[in-house]
Amino acid sequence: MANFSLKVNGEQRTVDVDPDTPLLWVLRDSIGLVGTKYGCGIGQCGACTVHVNGTALKSCSMTIDAADGKDITTIEGLDPNGQHPLQKSWRENDVPQCGYCQAGQIMKAAALLKENPSPSEAEVEASMSSNICRCGTYVRIKKAILDAAK
Amino acid sequence: MTHNNDIKRRSFLKLTAAASGGLVLGFNLMAGCNAPVEKIVQKALPENWFNINTFLKIGENGLVSIFSPNPEIGQNIKTSMPMIVAEELDTAWEDVIVEQAPLTADFDRQVAGGSQSIRHGWDSLRQAGASARNMLMKAAGKQWNLPIEKLKTEAGFVINEKGEKLSYGELAEAAGGVSVPEKVEFKDPENYKIIGHSKPNVDMNVIVEGKSSYGLDTKREGMVYAVAVRAPAFGMTLTSYDDSKAKTVAGVIDVVKFDEHKVAVVANSTWAAMKGAKAINAEWKGGSGLEDSKDHERKLLDLLNKRSKEPARNDGNFDKAFASADQTLERTYSAPFLPHNCLEPMNFFADVKGDRAECHGPIQTPQWTQSRIADKIGIPKENVSIGMTRMGGGFGRRLYGDFAEEAAQISQKVEKPVQLVFSREDDMTAGTYRPASKYKMKAGIKDGKIVAYHLTEACINGNMYGLIPNFFPAGAIPNLRIDLNNFESNITTGAWRAPYTNFLAFAEQSFFDELGEMLGKDPVDLRLELFEIAKNNPEEGREYSPERSIAVTKLVAEKSNWGKAGDGVYQGLSVYYSHNTHVAEVADVVLVDGLPVVKKVTCAVHCGIVVNPLAAQNQVEGGIIDGIGHAMYGDLTFENGVPSVKNFDNYKLIRMNQAPEVDVHFVKSAESPTGLGEPSLPPAGGAVANAIFKATGVRLYKQPFRLEEELG
Repeated sequence: MANFSLKVNGEQRTVDVDPDTPLLWVLRDSIGLVGTKYGCGIGQCGACTVHVNGTALKSCSMTIDAADGKDITTIEGLDPNGQHPLQKSWRENDVPQCGYCQAGQIMKAAALLKENPSPSEAEVEASMSSNICRCGTYVRIKKAILDAAK
Repeated sequence: MTHNNDIKRRSFLKLTAAASGGLVLGFNLMAGCNAPVEKIVQKALPENWFNINTFLKIGENGLVSIFSPNPEIGQNIKTSMPMIVAEELDTAWEDVIVEQAPLTADFDRQVAGGSQSIRHGWDSLRQAGASARNMLMKAAGKQWNLPIEKLKTEAGFVINEKGEKLSYGELAEAAGGVSVPEKVEFKDPENYKIIGHSKPNVDMNVIVEGKSSYGLDTKREGMVYAVAVRAPAFGMTLTSYDDSKAKTVAGVIDVVKFDEHKVAVVANSTWAAMKGAKAINAEWKGGSGLEDSKDHERKLLDLLNKRSKEPARNDGNFDKAFASADQTLERTYSAPFLPHNCLEPMNFFADVKGDRAECHGPIQTPQWTQSRIADKIGIPKENVSIGMTRMGGGFGRRLYGDFAEEAAQISQKVEKPVQLVFSREDDMTAGTYRPASKYKMKAGIKDGKIVAYHLTEACINGNMYGLIPNFFPAGAIPNLRIDLNNFESNITTGAWRAPYTNFLAFAEQSFFDELGEMLGKDPVDLRLELFEIAKNNPEEGREYSPERSIAVTKLVAEKSNWGKAGDGVYQGLSVYYSHNTHVAEVADVVLVDGLPVVKKVTCAVHCGIVVNPLAAQNQVEGGIIDGIGHAMYGDLTFENGVPSVKNFDNYKLIRMNQAPEVDVHFVKSAESPTGLGEPSLPPAGGAVANAIFKATGVRLYKQPFRLEEELG
């Protein structure tokens, strides 16, 4: 076990865990931010997507050792009032079914829009293909992103 | 409309019991089991709630709290079931909050499965709303000294002929004391203000703001995390295990053997439990029970040549009609095993203390699971509570409470509150899979008509068509025979979204497309001709409706521009009835670098009244994309009892860049609603396969499609 220090949603946090612990489990079990979801543990489904120093990354595939000292944003910290344009667009398009993947989808999309504020449909598809929605809400996720980008 | 933050606070409200005479109501807030209340509402939480009946309570300020009785797996019933209650209550939707009901005998069929929640709940949900409305009117009538015939209601108020109003909030306490009506009138669908008007998901904010609500999000004082080590192959049993290495993993608290052949590693974090489980050194023995997909393949093919002792259906004389046919067609279709792959892996919370167990988590069958847990750990059923969390998908996997039984056993052993977590690998390899199956279909054509049809099913662990022998083409073909064969396997199998038809529909609709080609008939015309025959043949025991089938076929033809889609667009049709709902789909395929790509699916649905249109459309879109994804990519085989896939690096699920546009249309109807969680899935594979044939001239007989191999 060792101490690691990181900033999560603007707050400085110190955790005492094994260095190989994935950031995902530090967020969920040590810090109690359960909005970031576990889906596969091998960086294939994107349910655990967070922003690390502003870049979308799969938190299951980053150890706390690698995340030490970094600035992390999770779905809980995307917008203090839950009013990020993507969150609003998700509501307007009634996107979710089971909803489990949606936090990861929103975090991935938020990073995309930050980098490319008006992506084409093909750019949205290329970027978002990192994230699985088992319910198949892809049509709505795409529309919600394109709406928010307008 | 404003979002009132007061609503967000976790409420432990003072419950004011309704005076005697009201229904008996065990309102049990079950702290910690219910997701936070999240919905756009106009009113703050009231000081007092007045129980009106099992489904609803009303606050003194007119806020209405409605229980959603069934588990939510993404099928939207937590929104759409309360909508039905609110409609008949005649309150404003903005004055409604929704809570997940606890498991209690007060509710009938607290199950998520078979696309039955809305269909089955239709009468009881309307009854709950309408009888509460009646009681509120009686209470107002008493105050005004008027009979209820002189009163009307509107958006949470009872109104008399002078235009005076009393709010439901003002009447709630008195309404609890009036007699429950024996019979109530339901609204005319023409007058619906909530049903048929899209309402956003009541858990929308929970989802988009990442708040705790799923089983895996459970955190409790003193809770430990458990990960289980199970046999690596079906047919293996545990001989011994060494936990010395696992116990050195930081955070590991305990290692216990449970359920005869499983080992649980219990730790203070999920990661430590996962690491500990990997460090268990277990010895397993197999013997002769280790199965192989190659053997399954041979056995299934053999079974296709056998006839069952009792055919599931036998109309006319197939053999005679087939022998005298002008033309015949025989085709075999093959399906692999499929894992469910809910994105939230299986998990459950259990706290067993003495002869009591408090359990909760994502479960489609809380009632059944309650009994199973009680039996498994040897305590009375009444002492097992089951709370329902929101579920990160179900697809049939969460019908089976094996994971809940496991959690309870581990908690009993370690005497702690336990959250059992499946890794993705555990989830994919300890499944209750859609069984592999094969269908052989034979048909005879005489004088330009399909006169003979024979379906043989070969399946693993039970049969599927036996449950649906009266589906299409029953009644449309005079000589029809259905034979069912199966063999038993030690691989656990079960229901997978649209269990009997998810593959069968592809086989059948591909076969009819090929028959249409032989007959030189347009696929739409052939379907309409067959449905007309069925309609004019008042056959007993025919389960589908030819009229609804005709309606969806005509609507999809119109909306898809059937036959006029333009150059380079190849269309395929599939029409299928399942789970009481009729669906027709047209897939538009284009060729990109010589390979077919599904661009769009147009879909027509007849499900009676559409309760929540935007959500209904979502279900249909998702079902189609799910159906296409699994038809194209889903595959799981076994070698010596070991599943071939363990995670998403070698198990492919459809992604956004492969998902087509979906255009959904509902047949307008005032008839009672049927479900939508499953029915759009079965026809999707056939529509795509038939379009691919148009585009490439290649017929597909196996799932997954493996287009590059098939098309050379």
